[in-house]
Amino acid sequence: MLGIALLVFREVLEAALIVTVVAAATRGVPRRSVFVGGGIALGVIGAIVVAVCMGFIEGSLGGIGQEVFQAAVLLTAVVMIGWHVTWMSSHGKEMVQQMQRVTDSVKAGSSSIAILLAVVALAVLREGSEVVLFLFGMAAGGAGKLGFIGGVPLGLAGGVAVGFALYFGLLRIPIRYFFSATNWMLVVLASGLAASAAGFLIQANLLPAWGNQLWDTSWLLTNQSIVGQAVHVLTGYEARPAGMQLVFWLVTFAVLVAGMRFMSMRMAAQKRRAKSTSRSAVSTGATRTA
Amino acid sequence: MRGLRWLPVLMIACAAAFAAQAHAEGAPEFHLVLKNHKFEPATLKVPANTKFKVLVTNRNATPSEFESADFNREKIVLPNSTITVFIGPLDKGTYKFFDDFNQATTGTLVAE
Repeated sequence: MLGIALLVFREVLEAALIVTVVAAATRGVPRRSVFVGGGIALGVIGAIVVAVCMGFIEGSLGGIGQEVFQAAVLLTAVVMIGWHVTWMSSHGKEMVQQMQRVTDSVKAGSSSIAILLAVVALAVLREGSEVVLFLFGMAAGGAGKLGFIGGVPLGLAGGVAVGFALYFGLLRIPIRYFFSATNWMLVVLASGLAASAAGFLIQANLLPAWGNQLWDTSWLLTNQSIVGQAVHVLTGYEARPAGMQLVFWLVTFAVLVAGMRFMSMRMAAQKRRAKSTSRSAVSTGATRTA
Repeated sequence: MRGLRWLPVLMIACAAAFAAQAHAEGAPEFHLVLKNHKFEPATLKVPANTKFKVLVTNRNATPSEFESADFNREKIVLPNSTITVFIGPLDKGTYKFFDDFNQATTGTLVAE
């Protein structure tokens, strides 16, 4: 039972941390819980489909199907998060205002929210498919009913509890800094996902490692420990990273930060232009009355 | 924003370019069999400082996940099927691997 609980916990934890960061980043958006819940539900269905089709996925690309699939899922999530954070850089201030008074413009945000729904679904799908295969094996291997009835809910509850703990921790961030904090978390998270994708592509021999082991900090924090795993999900931490993984991390980080800067600069320029037009309108009005 | 959309395309293009180059050189093959929830052989000798391939065959009725934190690999092996994992080049030393779905099932890779 404990073995089942532990594996379920580990996989649920990974998905729960991603879901938590997304949930925090969409704080105050109407019907957010519908989106997050929908993402989780879609992810669970997807996980079962992926688990059933695992043989096909693996065989379809000459023995590297799993790696290509994993990398594709991860990189899709990276692009979607990238889209969201750059979009947020132009709308983040509005969202803070919306926290106080909900306006119609909130609806404009729903396209980005739908993208984050997909991120949730992909995270659940990736980790969930492993749980499904593991549980299938346990059932076929003759694990007792008690193991399932006790282990699965225990692992699930544990993982979800850590997610909620992180969520309520994040809520303590003052609202002024809240969205820039969650945005930075998403940027770091996406960089980590890109590094994981690189790991799979190296494993499939589609990418060179550029240094199989850049450093070894497993004496400090192993990826196998629960804390190491949580830090891995949130930041992409690897105790023994390959050079290519670091490159993917840095490139993703740089591209997303540049995208955010560009969008907020463009937004500021637009506002300045809008302000100067309204001012000139006022001055012409003034001359006319004079 | 438009540049961002090209990011995955760029990454895949990079991957494809390297794939052609990487697959050209043949990596030595090694075999591992999972049977009765044991790795056979339990200790696998591989050359150090060389990229190599390990083919893991699962002869159990249940799925396994071939995993190692020491050389950073993880891949699911369905029942009665074989997976290929590229590993290394590794420094001289011993590296542990295990079945993530049955953590008591472990083995060691010796690079020399």
